[in-house]
Amino acid sequence: MRLPTILLAVTLVATAGLALAASPVRQAILDGYAKEAGVAAFSAERGKAFFEASHAGGKPETPSCTTCHGMDPRMPGRTRAGKAIEPMAVSANPKRFTDSAFVEKWFKRNCDSVLGRPCSAAEKGDLIAYLSSL
Amino acid sequence: MPSSRNRARLLAAALAVSVSALAIGLLAGPRAEAEEEGMSIPPVADATVQAECSACHMAFPAALLPARSWRALMAGLDDHFGENAGLDPATTAKITDYLVANAADAGGHRSPVLRGLGPDDVPLRISETPWWERQHRGEVSPSAFKDPRVGSKANCVACHRDAARGFFGDD
Repeated sequence: MRLPTILLAVTLVATAGLALAASPVRQAILDGYAKEAGVAAFSAERGKAFFEASHAGGKPETPSCTTCHGMDPRMPGRTRAGKAIEPMAVSANPKRFTDSAFVEKWFKRNCDSVLGRPCSAAEKGDLIAYLSSL
Repeated sequence: MPSSRNRARLLAAALAVSVSALAIGLLAGPRAEAEEEGMSIPPVADATVQAECSACHMAFPAALLPARSWRALMAGLDDHFGENAGLDPATTAKITDYLVANAADAGGHRSPVLRGLGPDDVPLRISETPWWERQHRGEVSPSAFKDPRVGSKANCVACHRDAARGFFGDD
């Protein structure tokens, strides 16, 4: 093999390794929610419905996840203050759901803003399943 | 053609404006002048404050509100202008300390940012201060803030490209 080919091969393997390395953390987060919810699997379909729904009970400024994240999670969202939010879909933003403290921090804030209550483990798992499926 | 009396009045008014501008400059010094014009407002220099306070908007400089405003704001993060922006108590305390220590009135500094604000006024939005009003009135039409590219008065960088570095001068 010529040098450029070897370099390309090394890069490809490293990239694949990185992608694989990120997913066990996400899987561990999902496993934690599955255990808490007492379910075997999550539903991307339910997650999508939850993401797109207008919820009652939260703050009037933020009736839905889509208020700030937009209808297409592969696209950037925008805060009410005008700042861009990186895409929520794992395919567009592989960093998503790879830091459990960060995930919990934002579920705590945003579920209160949108629903006026904490999200259940089942809801969190369904959401991550949906955002990982796109 | 203005009459000579009108001309004299205009001249007197212009003179009065220049004299008061000069007086502000001389009495308050160049720091105050720069602050009044938003030319050199120190950006947030603390990593925690920078990270946490810039998640949804730019990290607003501490010197744009008095300490009492920062204390009130940080005590109500669970309903932060219609969103829950809550943090753990230790982080909340650390951020509050930084904002208070660098507030517009920290160390007894009489910042022009506070001019027009009563001692009991506790503005929670920088855009509610008389200073912010002075700087934008007549220069920016209210509809500009509704432009989708701006979206909110909190989006300083939409017009002030160097806001994150502390420059809020006319762009």
